Amino acid sequence: MGEIVQYIQSYLGSDKTPGAAGNLFWEFVYIVAVFLGLSVAVIAMNWLERKILAHMQVRLGPMRVGPHGLLQPIADALKLLLKEDIMPAEADPFVFWMAPLIVVLAAFTVFVVVPFGPTHAITDMNIGILFMLGVSSLSVLGIVTAGWASNSHYPMMGALRSSAQMISYEVAMGLAVVSVILMTSLNDTGIGTLSMIGIVRAQQAQGVWFVFKFFPLGLVGFFIFAVAMVAETNRAPFDLPEAESELTAGFHTEYSGFRWSLFFLAEYSAMIAVSSIAVTLWLGGWLRPFPNLLNGPTWDLVFSLFPGVTFLFFAAICFYNTARMPKHPLFKIQTMGLAGFGVVLGLIGLALFIPPVRDRVGDIFWFCAKVAAFMYLYIWYRGTFPRYRFDQLMKVGWKVLLPISLAVLVLTAIAGFVEAPFKEWLSQVL
Amino acid sequence: MNPVANPPVATPFFFYGLAAIMIIGGVLVITRKNAVHSALALISTLLAQAGLYLMLYAPFVAGVQIILYAGGIMVLFLFVIMLINIDRSMKERQFNKQWLIGIVAAAMLGGLFISVYTKGKSLFPDGRLTFVESGNTQGIAGLLYDPHTGMYMFAFEIASLLLLVAIIGAVVMAKKRI
Repeated sequence: MGEIVQYIQSYLGSDKTPGAAGNLFWEFVYIVAVFLGLSVAVIAMNWLERKILAHMQVRLGPMRVGPHGLLQPIADALKLLLKEDIMPAEADPFVFWMAPLIVVLAAFTVFVVVPFGPTHAITDMNIGILFMLGVSSLSVLGIVTAGWASNSHYPMMGALRSSAQMISYEVAMGLAVVSVILMTSLNDTGIGTLSMIGIVRAQQAQGVWFVFKFFPLGLVGFFIFAVAMVAETNRAPFDLPEAESELTAGFHTEYSGFRWSLFFLAEYSAMIAVSSIAVTLWLGGWLRPFPNLLNGPTWDLVFSLFPGVTFLFFAAICFYNTARMPKHPLFKIQTMGLAGFGVVLGLIGLALFIPPVRDRVGDIFWFCAKVAAFMYLYIWYRGTFPRYRFDQLMKVGWKVLLPISLAVLVLTAIAGFVEAPFKEWLSQVL
Repeated sequence: MNPVANPPVATPFFFYGLAAIMIIGGVLVITRKNAVHSALALISTLLAQAGLYLMLYAPFVAGVQIILYAGGIMVLFLFVIMLINIDRSMKERQFNKQWLIGIVAAAMLGGLFISVYTKGKSLFPDGRLTFVESGNTQGIAGLLYDPHTGMYMFAFEIASLLLLVAIIGAVVMAKKRI
């Protein structure tokens, strides 16, 4: 018994991820925590997307199930689980059964290397970013097999479109990523890295987020990735594989019930995964904003209060809306529920002010806040842009994004070479 | 230099598991009548192979194996297979029953396996290209491009030139009017 406790405690002082430290207990804890956090995030995204889209279109969105429709995702999940699971008569049963599993596995496995903080990742791999791109590219297999196994026309068209689209945009995406990996080699040691934690550490060492490195180059690379990642995840305006007006629901037309919800889960966790790649590579991962401009212990303290303040802000919104709830007796339970939710959020916020907690969650908070900004962008795109035509999509991928990303790659390499001599020359001239 | 910092976890267990997946997958590739099933079996074989690379402390090769073969080439395979008529290919004869050549080839391959198994250790130099796992990618880059240790640069460039020629050839053959 004592040995087990000692084994558990032995990791606590470590500055490595549980995977790198080889501590099985904490690996398991982190895997469960990431999985649960991801599931909660997907549920929250489901609600937020409907609400935000509705407000963008001057509607109210879900209002009935729970206060402001807060319990709608749970109701939806229950409905999906209870729904009849239909398989088309001519479908290929084994492949039909495998396809959603492939997509879900690929979408969840990539979170093994996502760095929520310098030690808050399940593990750190030498090939981190390569692993993320490789495993997330497996999800296209699931989509293609889903479309084929349904043995139906619309899913087939959706699958063909998605494979063409995802392969095309993977190229530009990969080249944008390579330009970042080139930038990591410009730190003091002069050795680049593919490790997700190493990439953030390189940004820390160079004192600049890579989106601002060699200004406009980093920004252009980031823009290419931001476009390609929307296409990779089959979201609007590149949602041709599941274009409702053309293909009913695309590759998952024939899926229903639990299997369909697996596709849904995979889509949202893939969105979170590619957003966390973008955050890690260009936006400094877990690093807080303005580390150079606003430094010193006072600013450190101010920024470490952010997580608690954010939760208190959410709690305040809950209390404000509790006061605005209709005063009819039928709404009594809902009002109490909303107030209770506010109390829970407020307590979490207060807990985040405790110094030891504050120091440990700061990096997780900044990482999640940046990813959340991307999630909002995804919803915003969906509410704003009309869908591309397929030939336009291919044109953008191959004739616009690919040449620009090649140019960015070459220019980044040149900039990396001339940076040091140029600075030397500049210091001599001035 | 000992490349293994931590002792590997249950290495023989994982090796036999991955090898079993590869062999079963390989057999399924040639025995399934449906081409899509064959392609899926081939994907599982390739993924298990990536696992074997990981066991050989070559994570970079494993990552490239997944990203290129499983995620890229096999998707194109599936793409093409889905466009052909499965019903007609189901009725075609699957094996062309060339027993004599088959037996000779199998015997030669078996002989090769047995000879490698019996005197394998003397055939290969001991752990020449092993890198520490945390520096695997950097080690490969050094072997390819470093001015002092880069001994494979010429071979690498020749291979990429070959690929370039193949790409141009494919474009020329696919396009009727250039």
